Amino acid sequence: MAELAAVIASTHHPFYYRASTSTGADRPPFADEWVAKIERFRETLTRAEPDVLVMVGSDHFHQLWLDNMPQFLVGKAPFFDANFYNEEREFGLPRMTLRGEEDLAAHLLRDGLDRDFDLAFSNELRIDHSITCPIITLRPQADLPIVPVYTNIFAPPLPQPRRFVALGKAIREMVESWESDKRVAVIGTGHLSLELGGPRQFGEHGPDPEFDRRAVEWIASGDVEGCLAEVSLDSLHAPGNATHGFMDFMLMMGVAGEGAKADHVDTLDLFHTMEAYFTWYPNGVPGEVVPA
Amino acid sequence: MSKYLLDKFLYTVDRDPELVERYREDPAGTVEWWEAEMANRILNCASAERSTWLEFTEDERRALREQDHVTLFQMGAHPFLTLTLFIAVFERDHGPLEYQKAYGKAMEHISLPYPDIST
Repeated sequence: MAELAAVIASTHHPFYYRASTSTGADRPPFADEWVAKIERFRETLTRAEPDVLVMVGSDHFHQLWLDNMPQFLVGKAPFFDANFYNEEREFGLPRMTLRGEEDLAAHLLRDGLDRDFDLAFSNELRIDHSITCPIITLRPQADLPIVPVYTNIFAPPLPQPRRFVALGKAIREMVESWESDKRVAVIGTGHLSLELGGPRQFGEHGPDPEFDRRAVEWIASGDVEGCLAEVSLDSLHAPGNATHGFMDFMLMMGVAGEGAKADHVDTLDLFHTMEAYFTWYPNGVPGEVVPA
Repeated sequence: MSKYLLDKFLYTVDRDPELVERYREDPAGTVEWWEAEMANRILNCASAERSTWLEFTEDERRALREQDHVTLFQMGAHPFLTLTLFIAVFERDHGPLEYQKAYGKAMEHISLPYPDIST
């Protein structure tokens, strides 16, 4: 069976690419610290020596539109082109093409349907920055095949938070029951408190630093039940109008498991939003000898 | 009122570089053309097929013509779509982040709960 080599949850900040590649007067003052944190985070994936990446993200009204909107969707294709004109325009993101892992995608679809997740699928999916940002930060050589899993955190009505957690748990079980000798990392990106297009956007910090503090604590300690007890579709409006993206972090808490403490935790307080990075090693830290 | 149609306008214009420029140069003409030619095009369907029933209210037409992001927000247009398109149209006339901050400042009188964006 396949091995779950690492579980990684991250914010996906579309400005990272430009901040990290800019020089001279164009380079923002926080860029060096940001790059250093990302390089440490990247090492946590590199150490896990993955062969395949399951990438959990959310289309931002690029290919998926309101005339035909899936709640959860698995991409099954030999290739995924990536990034769109408006991401190039606003964030300076490059065009990319990633290979797909169709055998794992087929397994997730069949097994997911049989577990009562009515997953949509796409055989021609152009992926956006929710998946390419973590490729850029965690695997910039973009050399591994992926299975994209899209969630709807964007176009209400949305699924309940507990469904995100349940799908995360199921993804873990399905990866671990995939008949393969491959090492799989599951990487998912979302947001902490975030406001887009509202009065609280682009402030000195994220719109709700107290929510961010609690969210980091829930994730880092694996407090799935505590998080589910506090977070609802209604409550997520309060920290910021785009905070429903936090449900992708909840999905990743489902993958990591109840009570699973993250092996790597880091944050960076930026203007507009807080960055947060988490890695779990379900089968122990790679290369670390467990004392007898 | 059709939040869906407002969103469809913002979505289709934002994703087409020529339409972004056209909306910047001639907002009233773009809104009129778009409603006549594009509003009933089904985006995820063969191009020959069209809907028959989609149109703006006069208030919606005015908000789009006047590029009034505050009113669009209050109508329940999707804030991400409005923000992304308006950055494309207006950011170039401002210093770094100046437009984004002014965009939020213009809405500071709006408090929770925000208008429902469900379609």
